[in-house]
Amino acid sequence: MRWVLLVLTLCQFAIAGNAAGAERQYREVTIADPFIELHTGPGRGYPIFFVAERGEDVELLMRRTEWFKVRVARGEEGWVHFEQLTTTLNPDGEPFDLPALGFSDYAARKWEVGALYGDFGGANVIGMYGSRTVTPNLSGEIWVSQALGRFSDNTLVTVDIVHLMYPDWRASPYFTLGAGVIKTVPKATLVATIDRTDTLALVGAGVRVYLTRRFVFRGEYKTHVVFTSRDDNEEVQEWKAGFSFFF
Amino acid sequence: MESRVLVLFLGLTLGVGGLTGCARDRLVQAADSTQPPVIEPDIERREIEPPRIDTEDFEVGILAGQISVEDFGVNTVLGGRFAYHVTEGFFVELAAGKADTELTSFERLSGAAQLLTDSEREYSYYNVSLGYNIFPGEHFIGKNRAINTETYVIGGVGKTTFAGDDRFTVNFGIGMRVMPLDWLAVHGDIRDHVFDIDLLGQEKTSHNLEATLGVTFFF
Repeated sequence: MRWVLLVLTLCQFAIAGNAAGAERQYREVTIADPFIELHTGPGRGYPIFFVAERGEDVELLMRRTEWFKVRVARGEEGWVHFEQLTTTLNPDGEPFDLPALGFSDYAARKWEVGALYGDFGGANVIGMYGSRTVTPNLSGEIWVSQALGRFSDNTLVTVDIVHLMYPDWRASPYFTLGAGVIKTVPKATLVATIDRTDTLALVGAGVRVYLTRRFVFRGEYKTHVVFTSRDDNEEVQEWKAGFSFFF
Repeated sequence: MESRVLVLFLGLTLGVGGLTGCARDRLVQAADSTQPPVIEPDIERREIEPPRIDTEDFEVGILAGQISVEDFGVNTVLGGRFAYHVTEGFFVELAAGKADTELTSFERLSGAAQLLTDSEREYSYYNVSLGYNIFPGEHFIGKNRAINTETYVIGGVGKTTFAGDDRFTVNFGIGMRVMPLDWLAVHGDIRDHVFDIDLLGQEKTSHNLEATLGVTFFF
């Protein structure tokens, strides 16, 4: 039930945030294109219901993905695609510096979260991670992964150091080293088995590709050595791919 | 004699005049430094901090509905969802839900035999999915009102905890987001949760259909 409370709290914050927005001042820009088109919704296909001309001032109320909700002087409110706002002007006549997200933001990222899916020694694995970039090349990652297999389920928590080879390329290979713990829970239908927790070390390589806005594709291979309490260490190969977002 | 007196007089006059003149200059200088200038140059620039533009790409909310857990009846499911809208088309969703399942028909008919304990009977899931707003559109209410809608297809992977084990689960489905306000959405969703289960000896693929209604807030 705890996470239901968490979601409800988040909802409350969301509502409070929107209510607080009622009193606020909005950013104003002057149209420099011959005209801009106001759509009824923030997406392709929504009809155009109003056109504002060059020289008119519009207020920017909010942004959703690539669309801005604007209010024109006559009070009409509608959604404008950001491409039509790239040539607008600030009140002082300077070009409006549109807060568009691009590759430069990717290069300057600090935090990143992501989810990847793949194969962990024959089991399906879902991995989620949080990452902090220290230098353009180096970052630290904390991973929580769950591998769900036929005979056992594994939960892995690892701390990894990642070296990105070419941080100024849109697609760049990387190498990683890490260590952590793995908890193995055999399936309930198997007889006479016990849960166990072992430490592990890993080494891996992968590729990350900057896609658009905050979106990054990532695919990687990792090989794990699990230090078991038995005579032999266990080696597990892992392949996975997925998407991440940076802040 | 007379000319000598004249020179002395002139010299004195010059000397005194010079001294008093200097003194007057100094006085003027002193007065200059204490008096404010007549025109105060007003060159202080106003720092304009443009208001931030509110970006509302995140969505959080709750959902409730019915889930049909294969062999274990149709049960009420409660859950939450969190989404991030990457583009006007694509979004990523993290969802979780929970349901208490019923007895199977076998357990009911046999009377005594129980396949699962109470805690094993609890069905819970989480998943990470990628969605695409395939049909954006509008609903017309009466003659003068239109509400924006988005019909989306969604699919992803996750984990289901049921019958004492965690099971890798694939989910896919279709949903509709109706937005009466820019920051408020009502969702209707139909999803299939698919996983393999070997509870009754033989492994089989179980399809668990879920129909939910939800409310979300953009922030």
